[in-house]
Amino acid sequence: MTVTAAFFYLFATITVASGFMVIASRNPVQSVLFLILAFVNAAGLFLMMGAEFLAMILVIVYVGAVAVLFLFVVMMLDVDFAALRQGFLQYLPVGGVIGVIFLLELILVVGAYAVDPGLVRSPAVPIPAPDVMTNTEALGQVLYTRYFYFFQAAGLILLVAMIGAIVLTLRERVGVRRQDISKQNARTQETAVEVRKVPFRQGI
Amino acid sequence: MDLGDILLAVAIMLGKSLLMLVALLIFIAYALYADRKVWAAVQLRRGPNVVGPWGLLQSFADLLKFVLKEPVIPAPANKGMFLLAPLVMCTLSLAAWAVIPLNAGWAIADINVGILYIFAISSLGVYGVIMGGWASNSKYPFLGALRSAAQMVSYEVSIGFVIVTVLMCAGTLNLSAIVESQNTRLGLFGWYWLPLFPMFVVFFISAMAETNRPPFDLPEAESELVAGYMVEYSSTPYLLFMLGEYVAIMTMCALGTILFLGGWLSPIPFAPFTWVPGVIWFVLKASFLFLLIAMVKALVPRYRYDQLMRLGWKVFLPLSLAMVVIVAAVLMATGNAPGVR
Repeated sequence: MTVTAAFFYLFATITVASGFMVIASRNPVQSVLFLILAFVNAAGLFLMMGAEFLAMILVIVYVGAVAVLFLFVVMMLDVDFAALRQGFLQYLPVGGVIGVIFLLELILVVGAYAVDPGLVRSPAVPIPAPDVMTNTEALGQVLYTRYFYFFQAAGLILLVAMIGAIVLTLRERVGVRRQDISKQNARTQETAVEVRKVPFRQGI
Repeated sequence: MDLGDILLAVAIMLGKSLLMLVALLIFIAYALYADRKVWAAVQLRRGPNVVGPWGLLQSFADLLKFVLKEPVIPAPANKGMFLLAPLVMCTLSLAAWAVIPLNAGWAIADINVGILYIFAISSLGVYGVIMGGWASNSKYPFLGALRSAAQMVSYEVSIGFVIVTVLMCAGTLNLSAIVESQNTRLGLFGWYWLPLFPMFVVFFISAMAETNRPPFDLPEAESELVAGYMVEYSSTPYLLFMLGEYVAIMTMCALGTILFLGGWLSPIPFAPFTWVPGVIWFVLKASFLFLLIAMVKALVPRYRYDQLMRLGWKVFLPLSLAMVVIVAAVLMATGNAPGVR
């Protein structure tokens, strides 16, 4: 039990600390790398709770794909840090007020939050028990039956977002010579080569 | 559980990991040698033949050379990240071997979501490349890093769908159970390479693209980018990058063996072939896949970058998506889908 607790505090501390470093570090690339560290440690926390499927999916989706694209974009940004910090004092009051309002709202929400007493008595027991069914199977059983419409709705939202991104970035350029592989493969000797008799000293 | 038990468990785990690591690294040393020999043989050269009998010790000589040279860190580089990148690359690719079952029950950690773990770890490999390219603070490494980020993310998608088709047939995410599900009386012909042959081809090609292996080695294309993200690296950091790359290739070979070639199972399912230890079959199969990859390096010219992207997104993605639907439909129609009640 002490080992479990030790690992929990290790992962939790690193998650919170790297979460703080995401907003504290000056260099955006370092911010993204700290974000990745936070994700990986959150996956560790999931693993400790027995949610192995969620842990792996978190690493695959967030660390393996989303954060790579973040990093991709951030690396190509040419950020002028001096200009970024220039208006800091000027914006501080407004930003501070907004921050305080958010903090108050959070305290109001979290303060009124009560944990179900039934949950407290049996903390973190996955249903059904892990030796009956792996949690991948358990998730699949509810995701594709009971929550099927929610699952489909999530897919639809992602599809719309994808189409939106494509439409926003698509631009028709004229005068670009594109490579059409099927056209290239359809070429035969007859269509590509023309044999002519060249008259002597006249050319074509 | 008192402290003694915990320490014992930790010691056993460390011992197993160390054994796996040493065996893997020695195997990689000879895989490197074999790679160069195959490449040389295709081009009618001799290849490495000076150090040791038939050049067998060449890889170890190279190791010594890399370790003894001076590591050069460029002045404008981000020093910490510059040195962290090769470590990340090497550590991550070695970490994948924690779940690979070399024989029945021989995995260091036989976890339920083994295949997802390998997929997650191999998708993290891109960070070593990106960090190295960015931290070098120079043009060619940066371009190489950008190329590899796009390339590895693209081919992960098709590898993911290939894995999904195999998982639908096997009905489990556990690597040992995937191998066991291929254990039929048909032997060689009961493995998934035959019913899922198109997926095997897609997996083989995507594995090469995922590990930046020729003909898809665009992040380190010497004719365009000198050595891509590795331009600024020398001595041990370079060694770690190269080692990480080869370990990743071996991981893909091992994964191909487990998913499509029946892991440790004997190809002919009766004695005396079943007396051969499973680990020998496993190594033979993984070596066969590595030989194929080495031959491809020698035979096929490098792809152009837009062709690479076209292949990933316009050919493999629709093909593998269609196969997922087809395999699922066939399994349901014939009533062979595992786990469906």
